[in-house]
Amino acid sequence: MLKRIKGRIIAKGIGEGPAVVTHQPLSFLGGVDPKEGVITDPHHELRGTSIAGTVLAFPQGKGSTVGSYVLYQLKRNDKAPAAIINASSETIVAVGAIISNIPLIDKLEVDPIAAIKPGSHVLVNCVEGFIELEK
Amino acid sequence: MHLTRDEEDVLAGESGAVKQKSMEILVALGDIYNAERLVPIESAQIAGVSYKTIGEAGLEYLTDLSGKVVVPTMLNPMGMDRYKWREMGINETFVERQLAIIRRYEMLGIDAQCTCTPYYVSAPRAGAHLSWAESSAVSYANSVLGARTNREGGPSALAAALVGKTPNYGYHRDENRVPDISVRIDFPLAGSDFGALGYIVGKMVKSQVPQFSFVAPPNADELKALGAAMAASGSVALFFPKERAMPREIIELGRSDVDIYSSSEPDVVVLGCPHCSRSELADIARLLEGRTVARPLWICTSRFVADRSSSVISSIEASGARVICDTCMIVSPAFEKQRMMVNSGKALEYGPSLCNSHTFMGTTANCITAACTA
Repeated sequence: MLKRIKGRIIAKGIGEGPAVVTHQPLSFLGGVDPKEGVITDPHHELRGTSIAGTVLAFPQGKGSTVGSYVLYQLKRNDKAPAAIINASSETIVAVGAIISNIPLIDKLEVDPIAAIKPGSHVLVNCVEGFIELEK
Repeated sequence: MHLTRDEEDVLAGESGAVKQKSMEILVALGDIYNAERLVPIESAQIAGVSYKTIGEAGLEYLTDLSGKVVVPTMLNPMGMDRYKWREMGINETFVERQLAIIRRYEMLGIDAQCTCTPYYVSAPRAGAHLSWAESSAVSYANSVLGARTNREGGPSALAAALVGKTPNYGYHRDENRVPDISVRIDFPLAGSDFGALGYIVGKMVKSQVPQFSFVAPPNADELKALGAAMAASGSVALFFPKERAMPREIIELGRSDVDIYSSSEPDVVVLGCPHCSRSELADIARLLEGRTVARPLWICTSRFVADRSSSVISSIEASGARVICDTCMIVSPAFEKQRMMVNSGKALEYGPSLCNSHTFMGTTANCITAACTA
């Protein structure tokens, strides 16, 4: 069974993969290694976790706007998330996802951070504006 | 967000892929922040110029980007003086990467004036919509010049420069350009005191819009120092130098609340954050007259102002102090891991976090005395 949740499209495309979920905001500049695609922020609960090829769900970005370029670099290095889900997007992640062609959705009908089980398979459809979860 | 037919065409890719991506960015930001339309901008100013700041990530992005900006666009300071980098001790790898970044920006049609005070080069008119990224310039444009800009990130300002428009939200709109809080000061302040005040007030008001009541009206240089510090220690993008409305909340500050000066022995003294105006350079020259520096004293300004202040600069440099352009103590790697004395509330905020330097603040006169004392 699949559960479909509607949201707002920020960056177009379709991506899927295993979910990485955190309730903490994420800084890409200084918080994610652009070569390896691993969260390196020592204060982050997901320190050491790879985000490459995942569906990455977090509330919103924080930190420097250079973080947008780090997302671009992750994509160039094939270490970017397959898609991103935000509770409520802000400029850094929105711009980074658009320039990097990473599908980004936010403002879902239910809180994605609570609804998505870490490790479960998630599809993000940013053509029609929904995500699909295993029930 | 409502788009005109021309804007829809750009979004559909009819003006090429670069403009299309830029338009996607502007539309996404407009949707996130509830803009109802785009507004034309008169100029843009891009942050994310120093190789120290944007590194390989930024250089890679810029290298893949093509196209031309459609409004006058300037850059924030880079990591070195374009000509005096050797004197600053910058290594050649950094120089090569830094110049590659500047070349990429120039190929986009950007004026490679690297300054946090673009308003000295070309001042926007009151009411003009802008897309500026440097936080102290945003504050000055909004608060002193009456222009309108949000506090953009480097990439969003670049997108606006390529399209010539920005989403109409935040400080572009009248309803957001009103004070939230009053700050009342009943003792006289002068010069760098305004940077110290800004450092304290920014931490208190965070992203709110403060209005001030002063004993005497500050001059433009003092307003620049105040706004720069509040934008760094808080994220203030607009303030009012005079009270203009009944506030919800009032803060009253006494002299001891803003006394953050300390006298400690510096390895290096750096002035010019934000970049010095012609009058600030003249003040420094006057304070240095007949003196010789006993430790490094660097003074940062824009190349535009330096080119128009050559006799003042000769007089400053006769003391052994050095005037550098295109860069500053925060975005250059030259001032890392030192005991750095500054006259700026903004540099006081960023010195520890961005330069890993023990940073302390004095008045301009105290900074110069410290530099001239063995």
